[in-house]
Amino acid sequence: MTAESAPAFAAKDFKSDIKPVWCPGCGDYSVLSSVTKALAELQTPPEDVAVVSGIGCSSRIPAYTNCYGFHGVHGRALPLAIGLKVSRPDLTVIVTGGDGDGYSIGGNHFLHACRRNVDMTYIVMDNQVYGMTKGQPSPTTEPDWESGLVPGGTRIRPFMPLVVALASGANFIARGFSGDPNGTAQLIAEAIRHPGFSFVEVLSPCVTFRPEQRNWKHETHPAPVEATNDRGRAARRLATDDGFNTGVLFYDNRAPYMPPVDANLTDVQQFDREFAV
Amino acid sequence: MSPGPSSKGDDPIKALAAGVASPDDVLAHAHAMESEAADRYHELADQMEIHNNPQTAEVFDKMARIEQIHADKLAAMCAERGVTRRPPWEYRWLDPEAPEVTPVEEAHYLMTAPQALKLALHNEKRALAFYETLLAGSPPDDVRALAEEFAAEEREHVSLVEKWMADYPDIDPHIPEDPDDAVAH
Repeated sequence: MTAESAPAFAAKDFKSDIKPVWCPGCGDYSVLSSVTKALAELQTPPEDVAVVSGIGCSSRIPAYTNCYGFHGVHGRALPLAIGLKVSRPDLTVIVTGGDGDGYSIGGNHFLHACRRNVDMTYIVMDNQVYGMTKGQPSPTTEPDWESGLVPGGTRIRPFMPLVVALASGANFIARGFSGDPNGTAQLIAEAIRHPGFSFVEVLSPCVTFRPEQRNWKHETHPAPVEATNDRGRAARRLATDDGFNTGVLFYDNRAPYMPPVDANLTDVQQFDREFAV
Repeated sequence: MSPGPSSKGDDPIKALAAGVASPDDVLAHAHAMESEAADRYHELADQMEIHNNPQTAEVFDKMARIEQIHADKLAAMCAERGVTRRPPWEYRWLDPEAPEVTPVEEAHYLMTAPQALKLALHNEKRALAFYETLLAGSPPDDVRALAEEFAAEEREHVSLVEKWMADYPDIDPHIPEDPDDAVAH
């Protein structure tokens, strides 16, 4: 290794002074660490990054970063972020949230964000439960998962986010595991670098309502095959995988969507006048 | 994915011999190990403070300060030799994270101070095992010298934490019961 000048930003430069209030043991701590490590590797100044979220435990991440942040409305993080990115294409836009926020309340936005392919990175911390509201089943909960709130389980087929993302046109699809924060940091860095809509699903255990998810550390494994850019091949793999393959699983090179800039609309006062009542 | 941690089933001695092959590699790994351990102890101390568990927070805070001293010393050694930070996924740990780093899922809001010390001891032993595994691979002399120096330091840390733990001969492995459990039964 040769002597080089020290990088300008370390992971801690992307963390705010606010202490997270997640339950100790929660996988989201590791995902926060992965996000800040990824940003440190990319050396993107914190003021050039916007972290947008909806509602839920994992959606608290914007407050814990030192970047611009927007803690938005439940399920609406993606449209917020799309609006931000198309008006400020110079920003690196990262969207964070959970499986309830992203796949249920925000499910329709998820489909169209994949389809629209705006250049941003969507990180979903999937713990297969609504943790913030005390443990209701989410779209990714197994049909036979029982608790005091769901006697007998939901008996509903779980949502398959990676398959849906692929079918809807996502440009980059990866799965990480919070128990491997360094590997997840690499996935996030790759997702941010990749043009277009990048989707990173991170299995992030809820140790309070799903303590059995601690076992995920024994179940996750690197995907046995290289990432593919063949949508048909990826569809077969994603539809049949065991849900624990990690790594980049699909990438495409569709040009990101960017609406033509209307010079007139850059005049904020004129824009205001158009909406005057 | 990254070459990062060696795959399950890899021979750990061979994996470390391949990934930590020069004195710069040893220094880079040692620095990352100590600084990541300090960061995680800081995070754990914050978690315990937020969850009104001050005794356990104090243990983690103390460990964070100790690890930070080591990290600063190693940062100076790295700077002297021009060893720079690497992407986190390029370190060749035998587990997903550095051996001295407490896995996030080990924490619990009701864990006791002795249980935190037990975790710290486990971490120090894993750090020692890392250098012993490296030494078991018959490394070059310059790598051996550094690995022996760091292994000796980790042995001291193990002894230190064991000394602290002598005050708690019977550590209850169970997390105390929460009379106001969040989970609906």
